[in-house]
Parts: sequence; structure tokens; C-alpha cells
Amino acid sequence: MRSTKLPLLILAALLVLCFGLAAWLDLWFQTWQGNRAQSADVLSVLMGDSRRIFANHFFVKADAYFHSGYYPTVFDNREAFQTPHMAEDSGTVGGQNHGDETGFLGQPRDWIDAFSRQFFPARHTHLDEGGASGDLGDSSQVREIMPWLRLSAELNPNDIRTYTVTAYWLRERMGKVAEAEQFLRDGLRENPDSYEIMYELGRVYSENKHDLARARNLWEAALRQWQKQEAPKPDPDKFLFIEIASHLALLEEMQGNFAQALAYMALWKSRSLSPDEVQKRIDYVRHKMASPAPAGPSPQTPSQAP
Amino acid sequence: MNEIFAVAGVVIKELYRRKDFYVLFILTVLICLVMASVNFFNDSHIVRYLKEICLLLIWICSLAIAITTTARQIPAERENRTLFPLLAKPLSRTRLLLGKFLGCWLACGLMLLCFYLFFGALAASREHHWPLLNYLQAALLHWVMLAVVIAFTLLGSLVFTAPSSNITISFASVAFILLLARHLNKVALQLPEPRRSILYGLYYCIPHLELFDVRDLIIHDWPPIAWTVCGVAALYALAYASALLIGACLIFHRKAIN
Repeated sequence: MRSTKLPLLILAALLVLCFGLAAWLDLWFQTWQGNRAQSADVLSVLMGDSRRIFANHFFVKADAYFHSGYYPTVFDNREAFQTPHMAEDSGTVGGQNHGDETGFLGQPRDWIDAFSRQFFPARHTHLDEGGASGDLGDSSQVREIMPWLRLSAELNPNDIRTYTVTAYWLRERMGKVAEAEQFLRDGLRENPDSYEIMYELGRVYSENKHDLARARNLWEAALRQWQKQEAPKPDPDKFLFIEIASHLALLEEMQGNFAQALAYMALWKSRSLSPDEVQKRIDYVRHKMASPAPAGPSPQTPSQAP
Repeated sequence: MNEIFAVAGVVIKELYRRKDFYVLFILTVLICLVMASVNFFNDSHIVRYLKEICLLLIWICSLAIAITTTARQIPAERENRTLFPLLAKPLSRTRLLLGKFLGCWLACGLMLLCFYLFFGALAASREHHWPLLNYLQAALLHWVMLAVVIAFTLLGSLVFTAPSSNITISFASVAFILLLARHLNKVALQLPEPRRSILYGLYYCIPHLELFDVRDLIIHDWPPIAWTVCGVAALYALAYASALLIGACLIFHRKAIN
């Protein structure tokens, strides 16, 4: 009869080895930077960094919802949809769209094509203008884009435009100022140097909470970040610079800090697409500085006043 | 005609005795309820994402049930040796096939009824209105589309040796048509001859199942489609289903049963 001692010894040795290896690996795993088990976010545990790939898909999906399903596929002409319209309309990003946004389908190519257009959305609409119903008074339907924007932010917390676009629609068309501020703060926590989020947060304080002191602080911080990050670039983000500088200038003018307002207007003019208009504004402020009495109506500004 | 209905009745009984439908229905309900419980910025009126998920699940489940149920009809009869007594009734092969088709189609209709009732209830719980006409159109167009799928799978069950290969090929074909058929003409126009003519020919030949997918209209609350347009679409689908059934009958008549 063969002895059973040797197999038992081998089994015991293997168990000891397994236990030791597990104890060693567990310690290493807990300290490993790539350990995703500590994250409370299910998506990041399941998908890792690959989730960022899907973030843009859901951002575009939100824009398709903004158009009530009327949206070009990869087979259609997408020139008029380079920048998602919901982002462009929010005024938080500069647009790069050109071409006819209402007719990307073109003329029907055959009878099947013509017939099929009865079975899917074939008319350009925006949710903030009533969507498919065409009820111009009803802009609350824009809430339908929110699930996809939230999902996009969950998948890629470093995509700044998701925060700014979401916050705009939340506070402007849904009246959810607290939620917009919270969402922007979540974004700022993930992207502490983002001048875009600081600027948008400033708008929340200026336009919705009427707390101009905080708005000024945020816009000044945004301007500093812009100068730090964008100024050295050969093709900087002019759109946001003009927005920040113009808002600061108008805020200072409104508060009676004319010298500071002129300094910001000079910055604004330096990168403005219509410097003559800004110059008119500068002249107006100078005139106001020279004569404390009312200086006539204020000139038109390309940007919205705070 | 009675014989066709008798065969169809057996197929319907088979569907409600099997667990496929119940499992898929409960799964759909659970997924939708979990998704409905998600809070987005404290707004309880957001509904379109939920409608989209629910309709997507309904489409996937209906295709799964329609194809798998149809694909095993004839092979199961052959395997269980019940095909011989059935044809000895006397029941012609054509009537047997028509009975199987009708049974699968009606069973799918009952399944769609349950799914769309759930969908309507889910949407109404958030929207507080019930566009019945739109839902009715969507369900009817969906059901008519399934007639083509069932006829195609029935034909496949006579051509392919194993139900598994038939199911795979049917699923792949239906997915291809639903996802890409609408764009084949655009791709064809970019190609040089003779590939252009070949692709355009394919575009005209295939049944355009994507016509019946009106989910976007339902999700985004577009007005209902004109009933005449729906009628023409139904005729289009029934013409394809008839052609596929005639093909299936011709093959079945020439096929050795044993």
C-alpha cells in the first residue's frame, strides 16, 4: 500500500504557500495606486479609464435629446453639428458649426428614403424652444438631457464642458440654482484649476444669487487661471477670455470702480472680435469718470451684463 | 383554416408554458424600475431616458423570443418524431407552416401587448398623460415587423441544419438591417461601379425593418404617423412575410422529412 504522507505534505506545503502569497499580495494590492476596489464609484470599478471613451458618446446623446432625436449619424453630413448645439446655445463654449443644421438629411435619394422619413424625427427642433411639440412657451423639456449629461460627467469627471453646460441649463431653464452650484462645485473638486468652471460659478453668484462680491472673486480667479494656462498657447481660448474680462469690466463699472473697469475693458479689447464696440464702452466709462452726472444711455455690449 | 388555427393554438400554448417570456419580462420590469429610482438633480419629471431604455429592452426581448421560438418549431417536431403524425392527420405541409407562422406571430402579439402595457404604465407614472394612439401605432408596427422576422426565421429553420445556426444568422441579419439598412444607399453613392449598383440592389432587395422602429418618435413625443402611411408600411411588411413564407413552403415541399 502506498503511503499517503507525501501527498498530504505536498498539499500542506501548497496551502501554506497560497496563504503566504495571498497575505503578501493583499498588502501590496492595498497600497497599489491602480487599486480600483477602494473607489465608491461602481462605474470606475467596472470600467476603469475606459469609461472616458463613452463619456463623449453620452454628451452627444444629450445633444441628440436636445434635438428630440433629429440628429446626424456617422453616415450624414455633420458640419453643422461639430459643436453640440446645447453647448453652443448655453454660451459656455465657442461654436465651430457651419452649414445647414436643418437639412443634413438632404433631398430624398429614393422612394424608400422618402418613405422612411415618416418614421423618424425629420425636423430640426430644440428642446428649449418647445421640442417636437413646438410650444415655444415650454422650455422645461430641456430637463430630458440631464440624465445623459450626468452620466457623461460620471464617466469622465475631467470633461469641463459637461459641468458648465449642465449648470447653465439647470439654472437658466429649470430654475435649479442650488443643483447647478452643487454640480459646478463637484466639477471644481475634480478640476481645481478650471477657469471655465470658475467663470460659470461666478455667473451663478452674479445672475442667480446676486452676490457680486463672490462673483468678482470667482471671475478674478478664473482670469488668473486663464492667463496661467492659456496665455502662453499659440491659439488660446479667446471666447472664455472675452467672457471673463467683459463680465469683470461690467461688474466693476456697475459698482462704480471705473479705473478697474477700464483696466478690464482694455484686456477685453485686446482680444475682442469687435474692438470698436469695446472702445465705445471705454469712452463711455471715461466720460462717466470725468463728469459724475448721468452720461446718457450706455452703449450696446457684445456680452451680457452681470 | 381550422387546422391552421389548431397548430397556431399549440404554438401559443407552448410559449406561455415556457419560461422565456416570464424571465425576460421580469428582467425588463426590474431593470426599468431600478433605472426609474435614479434621481437626477431632484427632478421627478425626467422620463425620456426611461422610455428609451424600456423600449430598447422591449425590442431586444421581442426579437429574442420571436427568433428563438420560431427557430425551434420545425426542428423540434422533427426531433420528437411528431412531424409524421401531424402530416398524417391529414395536414398539408403548407398548412403546418402557416399554422406555425400564425402561432408564433400571435404569441409575439400577446407578448408585445404585455410589454407595451407595462411601457405605457411606466411612462404615464412620470408624464401624467397617455398618448394611446402613438403607443398603439408603435406596437402595431413592431408586431407587423415581427411577421417578417418570423417568416425569415421559419425559412431559415428549413434551410439550416441546426436551430443554433439559424438563430445566429437570423439575429445577425435582423441586427444588420435595423442598424445599417437605412444608410446603405448613402454608402452606395460613394462607391464606384459596379459596387454601387450591387449595394443599391441589396438596399432595394432587403426588407427595411428599420421603418417599423418608431422608438424615437415615441421617446421624444412626436405626433403620430398618418394611418395611411402606417397602412402602406404594413402592406410592405406583409408582402415580404408572404414572399418568405412562399419560399419556405416551396422548400418544405421538396424537403425529405426523415
